[in-house]
Amino acid sequence: MAETSLLSALGAVIRRDLLLAMRRKSDVLTTLFFFVIVVSLFPLGIGPEMAMLRQIAPGVLWVAALLATMLSLNRLFAADHADGTLEQMALSAVPLGVLVTGKVVAHWLLSGLPLALLAPVLGLQFDLAAGSLGVMVVALLIGTPVLSLIGAIGAALTLGVRGGGVLVSLLVLPLYVPVLIFGAGAVEADLGGLGATAHLSLLAAFLALAAFFGPWATTVALRIALE
Amino acid sequence: MLEASNLECVRGEKSLFRGLSFRLDPGACLMVQGANGSGKTSLLRMICGLAQPEQGDIRWNGEPIRKLAEDYRGELLYCGHAGAVKDDLTALENARISATLAGTPVDVEAARLALRQLGLKGREDLPARVLSAGQKRRVALTRLLLEKRKLWVLDEPLTALDKTAVANLGGVIDAHLASGGMAVLTSHQDLPLAAGRVEQLRLD
Repeated sequence: MAETSLLSALGAVIRRDLLLAMRRKSDVLTTLFFFVIVVSLFPLGIGPEMAMLRQIAPGVLWVAALLATMLSLNRLFAADHADGTLEQMALSAVPLGVLVTGKVVAHWLLSGLPLALLAPVLGLQFDLAAGSLGVMVVALLIGTPVLSLIGAIGAALTLGVRGGGVLVSLLVLPLYVPVLIFGAGAVEADLGGLGATAHLSLLAAFLALAAFFGPWATTVALRIALE
Repeated sequence: MLEASNLECVRGEKSLFRGLSFRLDPGACLMVQGANGSGKTSLLRMICGLAQPEQGDIRWNGEPIRKLAEDYRGELLYCGHAGAVKDDLTALENARISATLAGTPVDVEAARLALRQLGLKGREDLPARVLSAGQKRRVALTRLLLEKRKLWVLDEPLTALDKTAVANLGGVIDAHLASGGMAVLTSHQDLPLAAGRVEQLRLD
């Protein structure tokens, strides 16, 4: 199949998933609302201790982003599995890997990207400086696609399994740890005056690795789940 | 040409069928029959490559379908129990999106024409949620008209269809066979097809 038609198939899957999400906005909004609430609870609970808040801000924002992404994972393949669309994707003349990549990109556009864009507003509650907020957004922009890519593998492996929601968190959360460490580390390094470049480069390396292996592993897992 | 030799299907501990062989030439239709649970759907999923047979192999033009992968899938159309119709999308969007996902994008006019041909005139822009079971099945079946595929694998395509729609579908399948296509299907109802093209396969 020609390269252009693969690209247009990729675009079509992304558009399809965005269209479906627009028709069912509550799913997307739940994730975002969860993120906003969890992050906002911390300053309210801890009180106006600026130094403390600044220190915990990166960790809190990243943990909340991790959990919010987890929440949205089971809707990644479940609906398509239930109504037979996934079977049709597996039987398409377009390689399943391309369609899966499209679905992961759409998932990121609906979960990771809004989280990254919301983060500076929420970061203000933690008294973060403008520079640190910028680093936070960049770290989230590089890190959240990794969360979607790894999460897709977990979602595919637990497809059709009873209690898959719990299983997916056991499976995926340990794999999120490196992203959490370097994502939060980037902001902490910036706060400490060390510069965030090293952490961000490592995050980008994770992204490259996940972008290469993620769709492939997800495709294999989906074919097993469909059999 | 589709060829299966010595297929065996095992579900759990039980062997559903073994030593099953058949051959399907262009222009022919294979009607798979058998009681509930005799392995009809399993056989159809094997033919699509969704499930692997315990033993035996399936060949398309002499090549094993596993090896052909996307080349084989480009010749194949599978319509299973689940129609892959999204409740949140309109009939027209469903038809166009499933064609695109299959790798054969179609324009709006072609999709409208196909929906009209299956008796969904005036329902094109309604969300599938409000359509009846039979109408949803018709939306799923528009793929037959939109994706130009050689081998049709249809699992109970007549479920929920009314008499006119059944006759209509019979005509569509006949035209497909007359133009050198092939079809494998299961059905508990009678499907009016031109005589001489249909071969029976019983699973017991």
